[in-house]
Amino acid sequence: MSRRRHSDDSDAGQPHKRRRTSEPSEIEERLESLICRVGEKSNSSLESNLEGLAGVLEADLPNYKSKILRILCTVARLLPEKLTVYTTLVGLLNARNYNFGGEFVEAMIRQLKECLKVNMYNEAVHLVRFLSDLVNCHVIAAPSMVAMFENFVSVTQEEDVPQVRCDWYMFAFLSSLPWVGKELYEKKDAEMDRLLSQTESYLKRRQKIHVPMLQVWTADKPHPQEEYLDCLWSQIQKLKKDRWQERHILRPYLAFDSVLCEALQHNLPPFTPPPHTEDSVYPMPRVIFRMFDYTDDPEGPVMPGSHSVERFVIEENLHCIIKSHWKERKTCAAQLLRYPGNNKIPLNYHIVEVIFAELFQLPSPPHIEVMYTTLLIELCKLQPGSLPQVLAQATEMLYMRLDTMNTTCVDRFINWFSHHLSNFQFRWSWEDWSDCLTQDLEKPKPKFVREVLEKCMRLSYHQRIIDIVPASFSVLSPANPVCIYKYGDESNRSLPGYTVALCLTIAIKNKASNDEIFSILKDVPNPNQDDDDGEGFTFNPLKIEVFVQTLLHLAAKSFSHSFSALAKFHEVFKTLAESDEGKLHVLRVVYEVWKNHPQMIAVLVDKMIRTQIVDCAAVANWIFSSELAHDFTRFYIWEILHSTIRKMNKHVLKIHKELEETKARLARQHKR
Amino acid sequence: RAGLGRAGPGSAAMSSGGTLSILRSDSYAELSQYRDQHFRGTRYDQERLLRKSCTLYVGNLSFYTTEEQIHELFGKSGDIKKVIMGLDKVKKTACGFCFVEYYARGDAENAMRYINGTRLDDRIIRTDWDAGFKEGRQYGRGRSGGQVRDEYRQDYDAGRGGYGKTVQCQ
Repeated sequence: MSRRRHSDDSDAGQPHKRRRTSEPSEIEERLESLICRVGEKSNSSLESNLEGLAGVLEADLPNYKSKILRILCTVARLLPEKLTVYTTLVGLLNARNYNFGGEFVEAMIRQLKECLKVNMYNEAVHLVRFLSDLVNCHVIAAPSMVAMFENFVSVTQEEDVPQVRCDWYMFAFLSSLPWVGKELYEKKDAEMDRLLSQTESYLKRRQKIHVPMLQVWTADKPHPQEEYLDCLWSQIQKLKKDRWQERHILRPYLAFDSVLCEALQHNLPPFTPPPHTEDSVYPMPRVIFRMFDYTDDPEGPVMPGSHSVERFVIEENLHCIIKSHWKERKTCAAQLLRYPGNNKIPLNYHIVEVIFAELFQLPSPPHIEVMYTTLLIELCKLQPGSLPQVLAQATEMLYMRLDTMNTTCVDRFINWFSHHLSNFQFRWSWEDWSDCLTQDLEKPKPKFVREVLEKCMRLSYHQRIIDIVPASFSVLSPANPVCIYKYGDESNRSLPGYTVALCLTIAIKNKASNDEIFSILKDVPNPNQDDDDGEGFTFNPLKIEVFVQTLLHLAAKSFSHSFSALAKFHEVFKTLAESDEGKLHVLRVVYEVWKNHPQMIAVLVDKMIRTQIVDCAAVANWIFSSELAHDFTRFYIWEILHSTIRKMNKHVLKIHKELEETKARLARQHKR
Repeated sequence: RAGLGRAGPGSAAMSSGGTLSILRSDSYAELSQYRDQHFRGTRYDQERLLRKSCTLYVGNLSFYTTEEQIHELFGKSGDIKKVIMGLDKVKKTACGFCFVEYYARGDAENAMRYINGTRLDDRIIRTDWDAGFKEGRQYGRGRSGGQVRDEYRQDYDAGRGGYGKTVQCQ
């Protein structure tokens, strides 16, 4: 049988035939499918599709009203990139059935309250935006929307609440204005002016100490990395100056204006923001990532400015698309490229910027890093004539700005770039970066190139890297990852422990047992002889050296060989490394043997922690020791440290969970 | 308190409606049609094991691809427990496949989503769920010692010993 699995066909429908029984669950599935897919590629216009769907749903209301309500509430919450499509649909339904419109609004408010109660703040924003766009569809009366926003903004007057709480309500208000600002201002300008002035004073007094922590670059040029609310505020101010004219958002409801303006509107019930509780967890503040502006694509459509509301809407929608489809890379890429406005905006630039915004997000990206690499590859496949060039341009720009880039982001850049290159035969115009050759090797640019080449080598092999870079770059090429065995050469026979090492080598090759190894090692003198505390087995660095050097050298062929060696002689390791000094020395010797092969060091340290030969504290002490100071700024050190901390965290969580489960079991036992 | 920007502690299990089937789609992480014919046990057992497995079969590797390269690539989706290289049964050399076992299934799923179908050593590699390594499964099942696919293939593949075995024997 073939191993082929993921097909390139788009969803081709059910593979098996269904009998045409109209079972409720089938109808529900069909309704969900109809609703979710409206606006997707179709031969008819969006307007006629919406009209048709409204008709179908209206007809189904008598029997399937609660299902339809539920589906529409869910798409409002989970498909914000299609916001205006669904608000139009609700508008059409409301025009045909006033009661349904009212029930929908009530259901939305219930859903909003529930989201806020369970800390689903990102989804709650989508609901607020949806409600506000319903004003444009004549479903909700503008004054009642303004009243809700007044309640939102008044949260900023609350005392003793986290700033992030006030931030969220402010964000929910401001980020709805691109959609509904015009309408609200037309109906209630005095109230809106008051809200905007309250907004301004809140934004002036709020703390922004988080900004330097979250900025990808410390420099303000060429693009300032702005705090997200500040940026949004600038965008809204500009929108207001432009008399709320917003031209990017697709508004299908405009085509139905004559129908919709006949509809009766509903008033939002007064909405009191739920109070802050101990369990409330609000979204973190953000810094807006910008790397492109209109000068970067001189031939194409003009990129909306950083303070234009169009920029905000495009970025929001692209982020939402990634959030919706992150598990399905082909769908995600296709949906990103299908984002409307292709001719009027430099879509490829927006997409690349949004993807890097997520990849470089601090403290962590929203999704696993490798997803972004693969997504960019899919995009390159779909747009082979244009996207690779934008990506190359982006890479060049990121390289130029390495000097002020946050180190964590540099690490992610290195990982992305090397992995990306490995999918494209490592083709790159390295000569363009020859400027880094004249710099001190510890400076960001040469360091970046060294780390990239090291990572490229891990994905291929040493000679390949030598072949792909110009000869001038050899100073930046990684070392050949060979093992260094100090007892290898006859010329080293004067080294203490040399003869034992030879003996050990033969013994291990002859499948000696742990006991035999111990007896051979007994002959190794202890340079710390005078420190002998009389307990028999003290820390003997020479014993550790001879044993670990010899064993690692014998097992150097592959990771598996080394892991088998660690497993086979686990007892010896445990005994030799019993003390803290012993553990530290083992790590030192591992380093000495494998300093040319950082990847090997990393996997050995990982294995030794997992098999409890060394512990996390020993690894930390080793990393921060003076012997390793010269490697302190090499990324493999931090790879090891982060990996160690992660293991520790996972371990703590695991045993904490076991403890809780055991407590719960005990409690149940006592009840009986 | 501020959260981490991801979906907060509330989950999709909200009473007002869970999620949408188009958003649940996770086709890359699903089981394929392939079932190992040498599996000992019922189809049901096999599928149960596949659905909770942390082990992936990786195919279309070059014979020269090393464990180190595989570790580096597959390490991008999570911590690897073990890599077992596929070997020619006769020569005991790499014959173009391997098993990658993760500690956590979620990490294996991410490998299926993001590493499957991308390149290693310039070749598009394929991953698939595996019911779990058992001694003996590291060997090719082709008559000549390598993988079955290399017995009958007609094309020339420099990374997989050149022509297929039957072609070579002509």
